[in-house]
Amino acid sequence: MTAVPTEFPAGRRFGDRIGDNALYAITAAAGAGVVVLIGAVAWKVFDGSSLAFSDFGLGFLVHSVWDPVHNEFGALSFIYGTAVTSFIALLLAAPIAIGIALYLTELAPRAIRETVGALVEMLAAIPSVILGLWGILVLGPFMLNHLEPWLQSFLGWIPLFSGDPSQKGILSASIVLTIMAVPIIASVARELFVRVPAELKDGARALGATRWEVVRGVVLQYTRAGLGAAVILGLGRALGEAIAVTQVIGGTVNIPSSLFESGDTLASRIAAQYQGSASNLQTSSLFYLAAILLVFSLIINLIAQLIVRRFEHTHIGAS
Amino acid sequence: MSTTPPNIDPRAAALFQTDGRLRRRRIVNRLMEALGTIASLAAVAVLVIVVASVVKNGWGAFSVEFFTTSPSLSGFGTAEGGILSSIVGSILLVVIATIFALPIGVLVAIFVSEVAPRKVADVIRLALDVINGLPTIVTGIFIFSVLVLAQGQSAIAGGLALAIIGLPLIARSAQEVLRLVPTSYREAGLALGAPRWRTILGVILPTSLGGILTGTTLAIARVAGETAPLLFTTSLAVTTSVTWDPTQPVQSMPLTMNPITRFSTRNAATTLTSYRSFRPITRAAPTRPNTAPDAPSDGWLGWLNAYETAEPARPDSRYRVR
Repeated sequence: MTAVPTEFPAGRRFGDRIGDNALYAITAAAGAGVVVLIGAVAWKVFDGSSLAFSDFGLGFLVHSVWDPVHNEFGALSFIYGTAVTSFIALLLAAPIAIGIALYLTELAPRAIRETVGALVEMLAAIPSVILGLWGILVLGPFMLNHLEPWLQSFLGWIPLFSGDPSQKGILSASIVLTIMAVPIIASVARELFVRVPAELKDGARALGATRWEVVRGVVLQYTRAGLGAAVILGLGRALGEAIAVTQVIGGTVNIPSSLFESGDTLASRIAAQYQGSASNLQTSSLFYLAAILLVFSLIINLIAQLIVRRFEHTHIGAS
Repeated sequence: MSTTPPNIDPRAAALFQTDGRLRRRRIVNRLMEALGTIASLAAVAVLVIVVASVVKNGWGAFSVEFFTTSPSLSGFGTAEGGILSSIVGSILLVVIATIFALPIGVLVAIFVSEVAPRKVADVIRLALDVINGLPTIVTGIFIFSVLVLAQGQSAIAGGLALAIIGLPLIARSAQEVLRLVPTSYREAGLALGAPRWRTILGVILPTSLGGILTGTTLAIARVAGETAPLLFTTSLAVTTSVTWDPTQPVQSMPLTMNPITRFSTRNAATTLTSYRSFRPITRAAPTRPNTAPDAPSDGWLGWLNAYETAEPARPDSRYRVR
């Protein structure tokens, strides 16, 4: 009987160790690169805004002037526009998306479930520039001739719906953002709903609950935190969208009281002025807008991700 | 469910009696079911409407020449020419983005799911999610300040911006695929005496190659439609001819259809001419029009004071719905 070698030749083990270490080093470098990239983005954006920051300081955030001729810049009207359009978009998108997710998990016949689910996901695949073009071509005239006059005839006494109907404005932008946020929220919500343990739902059904009561009492309760995160993720998308909003919001420096009036958002202003900078200060002010946007989106994303992770941890267990 | 079953014990039947409360509950249930269904129908309807209106409005321009010719510079504002240069530009951008994003994305995925300790892996996953959530316009601004301010616009700059957007998508999908590789494969590789790196490169990666490519394709599809990151990085392609040179700015399909850039490209062309004639000789007119001649104070950003002041973009008149 020949002796079975209990050790590999020393040379090979040495090579293996080098290979393992090399693999570790290369992949770790790529991993570290991802973290560094975030730092670099933040640093570069803040660095670019330093000129505007030293000129305007934090007052930039509360001034609504954007006057390249006199080199006066402020972000208030864009922050306002971003906040209002995102808020309306979420107000519309959250219930629609949750309704879609519930339909897909609880109601839809098996045969069409996947098809409808895929179609909803495809909504997220429409490039924003196409949605913006559609906003100009189809949505704008529809808003002008149908939706806004209709809203006005019912709700015209509210200042939000006063003024002349227009093709471009806060409301048009909000609707485009709604279309973009719905598939994101819906797909996260759908994943959450699928994970609700069947025993809990069966228990509620056994007590005689109707489908809606099962949803309200079990499904929505169980996924509450995760749904919050889903909506926040949708908010992240709505905040940062530039191109489609640029097409439909009108691009004016304005703090409108009516939803029909035009305004502008942070991202849309940056996109519209990408080559319109007349001075260093204006370029730097654009960086300042980007920095504000970056801070918002970092905070929002971190909150959403932490909620999602905690949800997975407490409800699904460590995977 | 809603009707009384026949041949049932009368005491049980009493349970199915529809009193007012139960009826109300059923109505609420029906109502909510209807709302969910309507929401889904609405989403599908919006998709259909968007696709239909794009097809309806685009049908008229559909021809072979549309795909095989470039737009003519003299014909800006008219329907002359095609989109060949934009198609080529988009392909170039996507190829550059893939060259950067695919290897790095796969390496990150290997690190996260095969090599890294759990806590480190969690941090990097979070970082990927954060990058995924960055507004794309901020990504564009970032590449602008890193590359474009120094070297001018180029397809490489645009491709890199797209790579940053594609990276988390590729890394995420590759992670999912790597997780699906059965543990027994890893154990089998290690049991044969293969070191980890050989197990990973020789067994795990080939097994998951198909999935990684699927994820990459999806990422490319997403990235190819991005417009915002290109505005700052490769939007000022003044020539309308086909170029494969990655150091030059290229036209791309998203920017070509973006009404604002359509106007400003024309403006870029005209402003460029005036810039060349009015510039003092001390600063030689750049041979490459996109290159920043100097600090951005009155650099290339300065010539093109176009969108806001020169001419309000009124794209509606040209894209009228019939």
